[in-house]
Amino acid sequence: MMSSQIIPSLSAAELADIDAEISHAPYKAAVAIDALKIVQSYRGWVSDESLKAIAQHLEMSPAELDGIATFYNLIFRQPVGEQVILLCNSVTCWIKGYEQIREQISQHLGVGLGETTTDKAYTFLPVTCLGACDKAPVMMVGDELHEHIDRNDLTQIFRSREQAQ
Amino acid sequence: MPVITIDNQEYSVKEGDNLLQACLGLGLDLPYFCWHPDMGSIGACRQCAVVQYQNTEDYRAGSRGRIVMGCMTQVTDGAIFSLNGDKASEFRKTIVESLMLNHPHDCPVCAEGGECHLQDMTVMTGHRDRHYRGKKNTHRNQYLGPLIHHEMNRCITCYRCTRYYNNYAGGKDLAAMAAHDHVYFGRHQEGVLESEFAGNLVEVCPTGVFTDKSLVNDYSRKWDLQSAPSVCTHCAVGCNTLPGERYGKLKRVHNRYNDEVNGYFLCDRGRFGAKFVNSDKRINNPGLRDEHGRYNIIDPHQALHQLVEACQGDNNIAAIGSPRASVEANFLLKTLAGEQHYSPGFNAQEQSLAQLALSLQQHSAATIPSIKDIECADAIFILGEDLTHSAPRIALALRQSVRNKAYALAAELKLQPWQDAAVRNLAQDQRSPLFVAAVTDTRLDDIAEQCHHLAPDDIARLGYAVAEQISGKANASDEPANTIAQALLSAQRPLIIAGSSCGNAAIMQAAAAIADALALRKNENAGNSMLCLTLPEANSLGQAMLSPNEAPSIEALAERAYKIDTLIVLENDLFRRAPAAVVDKLLQSVTTLIVLDSLETPTLATSQLALPAASVAESEGTIVSLEGRAQRYFPVSECQGERRASWAWLLACLKELGHPEAANIHRFDDITLACSAAQPMLKGITLAAPDHFYRNAGVKIPRQPQRYSGRTAMRANVSVHEPKQTEDDETALAYTMEGLNRHQPGSLLPFVWSPGWNSNQSLHKFQTETGGPLKGGTAGKRLLDNRQNNNNQQKNSQQAVATTAPAAFQASAGQWLLVPRQRIFGSDELSSYSDNLAELLSDASIEINSADASLLQVKNGDGLSLGENLACLRVVINNTIPQGCAAYSVGIAGTFNLTLGQRVSLQKASDWQRPKQADVIASDGGAHV
Ligand code: SF4
Ligand code: SF4
Ligand code: FES
Ligand code: FES
Repeated sequence: MMSSQIIPSLSAAELADIDAEISHAPYKAAVAIDALKIVQSYRGWVSDESLKAIAQHLEMSPAELDGIATFYNLIFRQPVGEQVILLCNSVTCWIKGYEQIREQISQHLGVGLGETTTDKAYTFLPVTCLGACDKAPVMMVGDELHEHIDRNDLTQIFRSREQAQ
Repeated sequence: MPVITIDNQEYSVKEGDNLLQACLGLGLDLPYFCWHPDMGSIGACRQCAVVQYQNTEDYRAGSRGRIVMGCMTQVTDGAIFSLNGDKASEFRKTIVESLMLNHPHDCPVCAEGGECHLQDMTVMTGHRDRHYRGKKNTHRNQYLGPLIHHEMNRCITCYRCTRYYNNYAGGKDLAAMAAHDHVYFGRHQEGVLESEFAGNLVEVCPTGVFTDKSLVNDYSRKWDLQSAPSVCTHCAVGCNTLPGERYGKLKRVHNRYNDEVNGYFLCDRGRFGAKFVNSDKRINNPGLRDEHGRYNIIDPHQALHQLVEACQGDNNIAAIGSPRASVEANFLLKTLAGEQHYSPGFNAQEQSLAQLALSLQQHSAATIPSIKDIECADAIFILGEDLTHSAPRIALALRQSVRNKAYALAAELKLQPWQDAAVRNLAQDQRSPLFVAAVTDTRLDDIAEQCHHLAPDDIARLGYAVAEQISGKANASDEPANTIAQALLSAQRPLIIAGSSCGNAAIMQAAAAIADALALRKNENAGNSMLCLTLPEANSLGQAMLSPNEAPSIEALAERAYKIDTLIVLENDLFRRAPAAVVDKLLQSVTTLIVLDSLETPTLATSQLALPAASVAESEGTIVSLEGRAQRYFPVSECQGERRASWAWLLACLKELGHPEAANIHRFDDITLACSAAQPMLKGITLAAPDHFYRNAGVKIPRQPQRYSGRTAMRANVSVHEPKQTEDDETALAYTMEGLNRHQPGSLLPFVWSPGWNSNQSLHKFQTETGGPLKGGTAGKRLLDNRQNNNNQQKNSQQAVATTAPAAFQASAGQWLLVPRQRIFGSDELSSYSDNLAELLSDASIEINSADASLLQVKNGDGLSLGENLACLRVVINNTIPQGCAAYSVGIAGTFNLTLGQRVSLQKASDWQRPKQADVIASDGGAHV
């Protein structure tokens, strides 16, 4: 008694992108990660509703897909701010002053790690190595990598972003 | 056999085994978590580490060797290991410490405590001092339904739960979530676990994450539970169980290992349904109805007197036995009433199908498989059964059978079957072929190569077409018969399964025809074909063996024109078996109705004399499972109140009457003996288990573990003097903790425990090898065993099988053919009295396809009235149902007037309202006994 109706919470554009991935895959469930990324790229995060809709579309159970979704730190299963800040806390960046930078960002935004600012502008998360250790300390804001950050940089980064808005 | 060296000692071990298996088999204690005897190895927990050395020089030189995982290392000739060396022990100690980092140390309030594999392994590795001083993770637990309790903080991430639930049992709604130190095992969202086999998580999880919710809420430690070998009475599969009792209540049911039947697992109907013995519908006292129609409690002597009186003189007696009562009780009842006047307690359809199943199996050229044999099948054809609901444990076995393809692929690469992850990766979705022909969708459709949804007669026709293909009599282009036939023909161990669910004899005959055709095929290297026929109740087959074909059914008894002075009904609710009109007619011809039952059924509520019978948990008996295995269950605890085993009531009555047959019957064993002498087919029942004379090292087998505590305190509110333990004169078990629970026959194993192994993992101490028989032998005696001699039979197999297929099903205007919808929770009578399952029961429904629904102008949730006031049921639209068929929930209140295979008119019931949940469960009938 499998119901074949698609939960309407996937947009036509999302479905089209997912179907494009499916056309390259041996079976539907193989594109699970891509599908999650697609939906996240449109909505910023993957809600329970979206997750169920994707699972149905890929002929998986919600539990199976949620196992995958929650395995990856960067698939967000909770709403995040407009920009996600990923501050590296791994060895090299830690040696090069991660802790002070974290403090400063926290102060500037008024939130700790794992939190989102009240204006929903930023979500502040730690990440374990961005693969740019030679340019430590580093962080990403949205899609942008910031290398060799120091105190002035930080002010600069946030100021220019705030102005841009 | 390879010879390996462990800590300077040479051992010969079984070729192909892994080292962990080998060590456990040798009686060496090697700790482990993620390995499971039936699920193999994945090397996830690192607990079974040992040190392996290159060669003798390496070992002598005191080299470091290398750490390997026992469960992932195949034994090879000449291999040298150290199990107890410092390096290996130290490593294992560290592993436990790391697994315990986030553990809340809450053993005192944990339902696993005292039978926890994590506790055992922690002690075994010698880990004591915890060094971690940081913060621990705290998880949120989920509501997983009424059966399973969730306490995620206790997890050690061994992954056994998801491997069992998803890979083994085919569940889809439990997963490992997240990563690194916050892995979480649960559902996507809170809710009832969907698998019908979820209860096994309680035994599979080595810690207290998944525990038995009813035990948690009414708790006793394992060491305080009194238990005895028992058999599940909720379907005909006959799984072996270990019920545990304390304070006169059944606290929980665990699996009792039987290598040929249930192996390591039960279904949830069996595990949680057995709690019906605690139901407040149980009756404790005999009751006699007075002239105002009210029941008065009478004492047992009076009750016996009444019973004897009613059977005396030239009173016209008739008796109705029951396929849910023991062979012994039925035999005595038959003796009391005389063959002519004894009905085995089936309705006419059940009776003819049970007899058919018996005769087909007796005469089949195919093998009658045990459940273990079913797991070996490499091509399967199921006709007319939704096994997950009609014979649940078999469905779980079939999920393993379809993996034989994977094992075959693995064998080509010389991969051992216990290499679980590798074998699964290799096979991906490739499975041994399984075909389903059924009237509705079934729970095994997800692993089937093809599913055909057909009317019952068309299922039989497809069966015959397959048989003809196999014997080469038909046109090869006939599909799907040809595909199915080819798959069965190319298999080494093809299996055909059918049963009585559809109420259709032709389906069973067609199944037997296929199995026979396969048995006679010319395939020299292949094993024999297998034929499995399922029946509805725990002792259906035993009843068919006890009574010949001509014995009166319930309807036949009702048709008899004469007056019955006394009708004795044994553990049978007639209103479930025949339409109310038939039962009423029967009862009208009866002057005195006497009912012996453990529950206050509607039938009992109409009796003049009600006798309280002991349940399966308080009595001994033999029942015969669908594979013809006679199995004995033993009382777990003494009878409460004035309950007696049914056989005891009946024996006392026979004695009072001075019945000649009873002259030599003094106790339970004598009944078994007399029955086996009287009925050749039941000859083997005395071998189901040892009799009451058996002694283990001179003493009886204890029902209580050595640490059983509080014997005085338990009843201190009554008296501080501890009474003498009840004597058990009937069996080889005793209500004590003194005695030896070792080396006895497998059928007498009351619990598993071994020093250092408090959990159910101690089972390996009782097995000959992983997955092998118990050291004391496999429990039960097969009465239909043709597994050895089938070669001789093969030649002269000429069955009483009808060889012609029935006519094709024709939908007729205005009439619908009634077909079954079985439900694991609800279709079985006794388990639906279990409080545990109450939340999972639902009202009866009728399923039709959407074309029929629009014809009838009904939608989901509407009411449909069937025939002339036969029933009124909730509509469910299901497009897998063939047009012209209507599937109703069998065995559920509201459907008892319906007969499978009957054609009825359907009509929208406009003012119908869905019954409230409370009304659904068997009516109380107004009796207060
Ligand atoms: S919940 Fe139990 S079975 Fe599952 S991983 Fe944790 S400890 Fe193992
Ligand atoms: S109900 Fe049947 S399958 Fe389930 S445990 Fe009992 S005997 Fe086994
Ligand atoms: S340690 Fe920060 S980028 Fe690698
Ligand atoms: S039991 Fe061997 S690694 Fe877990």
